[in-house]
Amino acid sequence: MAYSEKVLDHYENPRNVGAFGKDEAGVGTGMVGAPACGDVMKLQIKVNGQGVIEDAKFKTYGCGSAIASSSLVTEWVKGKSLDEALDIKNTAIAEELALPPVKIHCSILAEDAIKAAVADYRKHQEAKGE
Amino acid sequence: MLKFPIYLDYSATTPIDPRVVEAMIPYLSEHFGNPASRSHAYGWEAEKAVELARADVAALVNADPKEIVWTSGATESDNLAIKGAAQFYQSKGKHIITLKTEHKAVLDTCRELERQGFEVTYLDVQEDGLLNLDAFRAALRDDTTVVSVMMVNNEVGVVQPIEEIGEICRERGIIFHVDAAQATGKVEIDLQKLKVDLMSFSAHKTYGPKGIGALYVRRKPRVRLIAQMHGGGHERGMRSGTLAAHQIVGMGVAFRLAREEMATENERIGLLRDKLMNGLTDIEATYVNGDIAKRVPHNLNISFAYVEGESLIMAIKEVAVSSGSACTSASLEPSYVLRALGRNDELAHSSIRFSIGRFTTEEEVDFTIDLLHRKISKLRELSPLWEMVQDGVDLNTVQWAAH
Repeated sequence: MAYSEKVLDHYENPRNVGAFGKDEAGVGTGMVGAPACGDVMKLQIKVNGQGVIEDAKFKTYGCGSAIASSSLVTEWVKGKSLDEALDIKNTAIAEELALPPVKIHCSILAEDAIKAAVADYRKHQEAKGE
Repeated sequence: MLKFPIYLDYSATTPIDPRVVEAMIPYLSEHFGNPASRSHAYGWEAEKAVELARADVAALVNADPKEIVWTSGATESDNLAIKGAAQFYQSKGKHIITLKTEHKAVLDTCRELERQGFEVTYLDVQEDGLLNLDAFRAALRDDTTVVSVMMVNNEVGVVQPIEEIGEICRERGIIFHVDAAQATGKVEIDLQKLKVDLMSFSAHKTYGPKGIGALYVRRKPRVRLIAQMHGGGHERGMRSGTLAAHQIVGMGVAFRLAREEMATENERIGLLRDKLMNGLTDIEATYVNGDIAKRVPHNLNISFAYVEGESLIMAIKEVAVSSGSACTSASLEPSYVLRALGRNDELAHSSIRFSIGRFTTEEEVDFTIDLLHRKISKLRELSPLWEMVQDGVDLNTVQWAAH
């Protein structure tokens, strides 16, 4: 399969690979996908006191397009508020990486990962507030 | 000097041996005659070359040259053998037995026969990839007419118990077909000893050209077939069509070289494969697929847990290998052969078939071992599954958000 230059770039040099400590303050973790389907993405965001995502990390089990989609998303969410991050649509990811139709599910998974990470962060904040 | 990508996909196809190419060329130019032309020297010359090649193909498997029918390749041979025998003997019964791990050329031919009203049993194999003979005996019926079992599996390289299956079939008067496309030049085949009735061969898996193959059709006891290709009555009516003399000459030389060099070549290839296997099983959480002892020396099929197949193939683009996952062909389908061996989807997806051949060097094997070590470790750094396993999580207990 022919991959776009951008997919290859993210695949060869993935950005922000890694993990934050599970109990670190301001961290939200989203894990989506399933091994049997061939993709699992773990996206973590670190939110500062102003509600801005100041850092993000990922790990992905999946094809080149899945790795590239999650790598790209870590770059995009940085500096955004939670609501701005939730506005990132899979179509934008697919367009930026020039994903072929059979790989659109990778961009959908990346969008889901953002949603899951934000939801996890908010859940923790609510738990703290109580 | 290494040439990239390093070719480790000899089970897909082999380069034509330069000695084979050299022998073929005159039959593309000055000796262009039609082997069926009986009235002039051009035809006689071509016919002589075809018969010489027929003898060479027969000699590799200890058969009579009269038992060799030229075809376009193993796929056509499988079609002719299974359809031809099933249709000829259908008054005796309409039940066929084969394995779930057969090549598509056999499985799809059986599917077609099912559409024509035949009944087919697709037998499971054991975890080691081999047929259980008791399960085989239990599947036999009074109306079973044809059994088709491959000699060497194309994905995992295991060698099926052809001799034992042959004895059982002969005892019950069942026609036994063997797809030997992956076997020639790799394991000894003695058709005086094996009770095989029909055997398919391909040239391009054994350093010959693509587009040519053969079917062995036993004469004693005589095996009958319904032709699947009609025309000028070539090949004693079993396969019409002008013989491709240059291809046939190529197959003949390729099979002669296989006979002459098999013993020394297999020893060398076996050492390289063992080196590759030891070098790769060094990596944590790797699994060799299929029995190791009952396997051709050329094949190593191995699963790397916690890395995904397609990204693995991408990561190791310096080597040309096959993946156990068909996701590169747009559908996310794990290999049906590995599934039949009981491998789960993930391990089937993350498997790689390395197949070694005549021109593989030790330097290439060393490079491959080092490359896999580096890339697997990089992909595992990236893998949330690997991280969880390192943290002591049992992945089977995780509730995945399936999509």
